[in-house]
Amino acid sequence: MSLLTTYTMPDATGRYGNFGGKFVPELLMPALIELEEAYEQAIKDPQFINELETYLKQYVGRETPLFHAAHLSQKLGGPQIYLKREDLNHTGAHKINNTIGQALLTQRMGKKKVVAETGAGQHGVATATVCALLGLDCIIFMGEKDMERQKLNVFRMELLGATVQGVSQGSGTLKDAVNEALRYWVSHVEDTHYILGSVVGPHPFPKIVRDLQSVIGKETKQQIVEQTGKLPDAVVACVGGGSNAMGMFHSFIEDLNVRLYGVEAGGAGIDTNNHAAALTDGSVGVLHGMMTHLLQDQDGQIEEAFSISAGLDYPGVGPEHSHLHVTSRVAYTSITDQEALEAFQFLTKTEGIIPALESAHAVAYAMKLAKEMQQDETLVICLSGRGDKDVEQVKDALEGNYNG
Amino acid sequence: MGKERLALSFKEKKQAGENLFVPYIMAGDGGLDILEERIQFLQDAGVAAIELGIPFSDPVADGPIIQEAGIRALEGGTTLAKVLETLQLSKEKRSIPIILMTYLNPIYKYGVEHFAVACEQAGVDGIIIPDLPMEEESPIAAVLQDKSIAFIRLAALTSPKERLAELASRSEGFLYAVSVTGTTGVRATHQSEVKDYLQLLKSYSTVPVLAGFGVSNAEQAHELSNHCDGVIVGSKIVKLLHEGASDEVSALIKGSLKKQVHQ
Repeated sequence: MSLLTTYTMPDATGRYGNFGGKFVPELLMPALIELEEAYEQAIKDPQFINELETYLKQYVGRETPLFHAAHLSQKLGGPQIYLKREDLNHTGAHKINNTIGQALLTQRMGKKKVVAETGAGQHGVATATVCALLGLDCIIFMGEKDMERQKLNVFRMELLGATVQGVSQGSGTLKDAVNEALRYWVSHVEDTHYILGSVVGPHPFPKIVRDLQSVIGKETKQQIVEQTGKLPDAVVACVGGGSNAMGMFHSFIEDLNVRLYGVEAGGAGIDTNNHAAALTDGSVGVLHGMMTHLLQDQDGQIEEAFSISAGLDYPGVGPEHSHLHVTSRVAYTSITDQEALEAFQFLTKTEGIIPALESAHAVAYAMKLAKEMQQDETLVICLSGRGDKDVEQVKDALEGNYNG
Repeated sequence: MGKERLALSFKEKKQAGENLFVPYIMAGDGGLDILEERIQFLQDAGVAAIELGIPFSDPVADGPIIQEAGIRALEGGTTLAKVLETLQLSKEKRSIPIILMTYLNPIYKYGVEHFAVACEQAGVDGIIIPDLPMEEESPIAAVLQDKSIAFIRLAALTSPKERLAELASRSEGFLYAVSVTGTTGVRATHQSEVKDYLQLLKSYSTVPVLAGFGVSNAEQAHELSNHCDGVIVGSKIVKLLHEGASDEVSALIKGSLKKQVHQ
């Protein structure tokens, strides 16, 4: 075990090394400054922390189990594999860890309205849920292509009292939903808080979302030591914007003996243009208020991302991941649609756990990594969400009807 | 060139007793081959300068009309490099100041220093970057300073007084007073606090103050120009040019220029 470095990112300007910052219109700057002040005060206020922890325990259902996947471990013949069961959270994914915290912040700032974007619908549902709980007005922007892919999540959000606004611009996916949510926020900033769903966007969002998600890694660290007496040898998480991964990795960054793997969506393959792997195959630029790795052309126009998983279908990535990539603290890799589909079925049959297609990317990479590891080693997979939302799409894909 | 040319153009218009009028057009909307003709047309109509938008895939500060114009321009193959080349070719024939409005990423991908050099060679007089707040501007400000290109800052209705004062003191060429809480686009009326905001900016600024976002007719132009030096009109002009209604563009500009003595 080693504790060699002290990790204090981001700095006072919201930078993670060369990445991050706040590249937004002046109109939004006062709101970002207000948010940063409100957040820094809130996390020092025992009453806020107590309220947050109470909701996490009694409403979200934390802590989530760390499950020893004995059958999966045995079948793969490598390390002992543990699943961090974020799929067991209320609403079925890690997203609510963030939305409950930001909704409480919204109240603290005296705002009554919330806007959010969603890709797969998980963040949208998690936002609509906490807005129903706390009596906040809620509008969700969602790409029209995603609305088609995730019809039931649209209905869920509406049941929860949210207004779901379709976005037809661009690729009709998460990137375009973020653009529209930002435009809406620009027009309603005085009474509305933007609950960003991932570790992306202008500072302080990547920090706030990471901090609120870091409960995943904190619990995992304690649980794995309780169960095995040591830290894990490897930790694997999927990365779209990267909130479950950042929440998982943050507690382990200073433990240099713990190998960290971030798995991007490889879509039809990295050698095609149809993927969402911004770190693996992108270049540095500025989008949605942050400097980070992006899929873009030679003229700086953002390209469409492609993935079978709506939640990973984003052409950028959180700036802290860019920093952890260039400093090589985390190894970033990718998994194709096909590999994710195979892992989706394999985990379901082996352990009786249906993973979200997003999480299936982490499972698929862990299955590869397991071949290189020993039986006395341990590997943790962040199972960020459950796959019930994806069952219909997987059925279509397996019947040969999937065409991106 | 640069800051001096902008200052001279504004001074001439003001001495002639006119409001400053700066139209926004999207470079490459209708094809880059008509850009020179459009610039000439606007110059003849009596504008003080032209704001030329560079299309971007994700223009978060823009409303639907400018978004759609950007998509048309990108589909026609418009790039920052091609716009700068086109401007350079017509540089000698042009007397009207040109201000580029571009999101940061195309500049960043082009290369910040390379961009400043290319702007100077193309005869660009000013730059507006809507997604670059003061906190992040120093690398860009430094290279533009070297080239004497006016770096125009945007003020917002949501900005507290200290930020407005700082933005006003930094802005070059003119100060862009965003006069709605929202994106670009046609709006019927302006919020009542706009008058106070513009007067405050006037008191802080040593360069002219122009109001923009949501200005779509001569009445609004006059109303706003009573409290500052003039207006920027974008979406309405982009829409009219796309519809081929250039007579209406001329009428809008001419109707906005004359100072009104009575309201």
